[in-house]
Amino acid sequence: MMERLPGWLRRHIAAIRAVAVLTLLLGGLYPLAVTGVAQAVFHDKANGSLVQRNGQDVGSALIGQSFTDEGGNAIRKYFQSRPSAAGEGYDPLSTSASNRGPEDVVDLPGRQSLLTRVCARSKAVGELEGVSGARPYCTADGVGAVLKVFPAVGAPTRVVSVNQACPATPFIAVYQGVRVECGKPNEDYSPGRTVAVRGNVSRVQVPADAVTASGSGLDPHISVAYAELQAPRVARERGLDLGTVKALIRGHTTGRALGVMGEPAVNVLELNLALDNGALDNGAFDQLAGKEG
Amino acid sequence: MGTTAAGIAFIASLIIALVLVHRPLGDYMHRVYTGTRHSAVERVIYRLIGVRPDAEQRWGGYARSVLAFSVISILVLYGLQRLQDKLLLSLGMRPVTADVAWNTAVSFVTNTNWQAYSGESTMGHLVQMAGLAVQNFVSAAVGMAVAVALVRGFARSRTDLLGNFWVTLVRGTIRVLLPFAFVGALVLVAGGVVQNLASPQEVTTLAGGVQHITGGPVASQEIIKELGTNGGGFYNANASHPFENPTSWTNWVEIFAILVIPFSLPRTFGRMVGQVRQGGAIVAVMAVLALASVALISFFELSASGTVPQAVGAALEGKEVRFGVANSATFAAATTLTSTGAVNSFHDSYTPLGGMMTTVNMMLGEVAPGGVGSGLYGMLVLAVITVFVAGLMVGRTPEYLGKRIGSREIKLASLYFLVTPILVLTGTAVAMGSPEQRASMGNGGAHGLSEVLYAFTSASNNNGSAFAGLTANTPWYDVALGLCMVLGRFLPMIFVLGLAGSLARQAPIPESTGTLPTHRPQFVGMVVGVTLILVALTFLPALALGPLAEGLS
Repeated sequence: MMERLPGWLRRHIAAIRAVAVLTLLLGGLYPLAVTGVAQAVFHDKANGSLVQRNGQDVGSALIGQSFTDEGGNAIRKYFQSRPSAAGEGYDPLSTSASNRGPEDVVDLPGRQSLLTRVCARSKAVGELEGVSGARPYCTADGVGAVLKVFPAVGAPTRVVSVNQACPATPFIAVYQGVRVECGKPNEDYSPGRTVAVRGNVSRVQVPADAVTASGSGLDPHISVAYAELQAPRVARERGLDLGTVKALIRGHTTGRALGVMGEPAVNVLELNLALDNGALDNGAFDQLAGKEG
Repeated sequence: MGTTAAGIAFIASLIIALVLVHRPLGDYMHRVYTGTRHSAVERVIYRLIGVRPDAEQRWGGYARSVLAFSVISILVLYGLQRLQDKLLLSLGMRPVTADVAWNTAVSFVTNTNWQAYSGESTMGHLVQMAGLAVQNFVSAAVGMAVAVALVRGFARSRTDLLGNFWVTLVRGTIRVLLPFAFVGALVLVAGGVVQNLASPQEVTTLAGGVQHITGGPVASQEIIKELGTNGGGFYNANASHPFENPTSWTNWVEIFAILVIPFSLPRTFGRMVGQVRQGGAIVAVMAVLALASVALISFFELSASGTVPQAVGAALEGKEVRFGVANSATFAAATTLTSTGAVNSFHDSYTPLGGMMTTVNMMLGEVAPGGVGSGLYGMLVLAVITVFVAGLMVGRTPEYLGKRIGSREIKLASLYFLVTPILVLTGTAVAMGSPEQRASMGNGGAHGLSEVLYAFTSASNNNGSAFAGLTANTPWYDVALGLCMVLGRFLPMIFVLGLAGSLARQAPIPESTGTLPTHRPQFVGMVVGVTLILVALTFLPALALGPLAEGLS
């Protein structure tokens, strides 16, 4: 009967049947077979590598968490994760990066630039850890050190430090002989030329991962440098020996796979969990730190 | 070991693995596509589909079958999304809106996998598994079926017949993609990629907050997303999500999966035309372009140029600690050199010139090594254009693999090449001409143009990655980018199949002293040159206004 139908109709009927057959095979049998084997052989991993405290699931070893209180302030006894652009922070239902470009340096009303975010985070981390939060292209008050120069071409006649809203004192008083003004948030400075000012910060103490949002917004790791920066605070808050905390960091650091893949990384949730578990029982804690270190 | 040294060793290990695997895999695919026996399973499938597997098709029939299969696929995928609340495993998700459903259906059927939606909040498990993942397989198999038809055009003579589309489709799916996907999925689960059918599980975090740990059949989709150069993430964060790409070694596996079939197909081509060294020349062109691109992206990212990366001290915004800058850059190169578009880091936040390179990779037409199948046919079209240009220079009739490149052939090749630039530049111009569409830009100034240019480049070349700051989920962008994806996929395919048809009809020309040898380094260099010149002539003005302006200011 098929043979009597016109060619185009036969072709589309074949297509419908092909989509149906392939959907059953590739959309039904295949994923269910993978699920079956995965559940049998890699049960924990297939279900999200969940970790427990006192028998309760408290998260996944692979998914980062915020260690902040309801007001968004760092809980000082915990190692802190990276900044996150996933929802309100580390929300697996809303994974995301910031998607801000490398030259996103001018704050607009209701829209903080990436540069200012970096500067503000650096300042905050510096204050939390008791080190300098200074970085290149950042003002001392933690915003992007960016000038708008008018006219856009030629000798400047007017210069505004756009990210420092009045009545702030501009980070430099004079630029090319022109007095620098503070920014008025509702004025449109877009016609001016953008000049980011590097400044002369020689030593940056807050690591790069502490001031940038990850791709997923769920990054479970921080760099070894950021963990070591936080170690004295955590040790102090918990009344622990700094050496013990550093040993614990080493125990939760994954090196490069096969020596060449990726970067060394410290799993924040597992580290904090180990600290919490150790705090319950000091003997077990020493054992754990010794074993893993 | 320092970051740069480790990054180079990482790239070297990928190259070694690809060199080792491309021959056996290329030879295997040669057997798959030239074998005359049908397995028992395949015979059952042909009976269910209702096709006679031994009846071969002319180019027109082959092309119409490609289109019929794709149209039905789009309709089914659209329907699944629109009706998902009435189906199983919806996780309580609402029906997908009409414009997003259209965009997504087109996107996955055209092997683009541009995502105007966020996976974890839009798609239930059934749509992911039985809709999107299925297209991950078959859109890749369709690409290979078109490439194989073009190769048959070169390999055959004095015939109208290019094989049977349905057989080529089914074999590519069942014998190539499915077994590797099955094994690869389990490898990923072993690394921590989830594979279950659960709803999000609510947990109380250490700090006392609430977090939902998401589930899903992720590994089975993740592997074919890479292997089939698709790129559509199960989650919004794509392969930067720890449940899609949990470790630095799964990252290696995923990059390898992206590259392995496109780099092996030239070997298949060489075997099918009976001259292995011709495949060697094609793979050499791909490798030269790919290596240059990987080196440049890695250099730009590691040098952290640009104001924010300089302030940070590293181009780490949008990148994961476990991958680091170097391996993220390698992934970005692999995903844009192919038609994949998966991301393990977010290109919008790349350094100006690093981000530009991801755009340029796509502008090359995704031929180095390109998408599964589409990379091979794209590169063969460039080879045809190269012998034509060379023929003009020495005043001889151009020929390639014993086939005359006459006016019909060069017209089809030129039309093929012109499709994507027209779509990219027209689309970008129209969007930039409208204040409403400009408002979608997530960043100001030159970077905003880069976002729009990237979107149209990505859609028209069927890549699917994004400068994701652009708010592309508006009805206008959904429809416009959807049209770019359809036209950017199927017009070239029709031209390629037309070219295959006219090549297959010809009688072979015996090689003479005037024949340009197409297996020597000289020819490799010429194809590389022609590719770069064509792309530069077409896109340099647009690049100058976007990423170049940003990077050089």
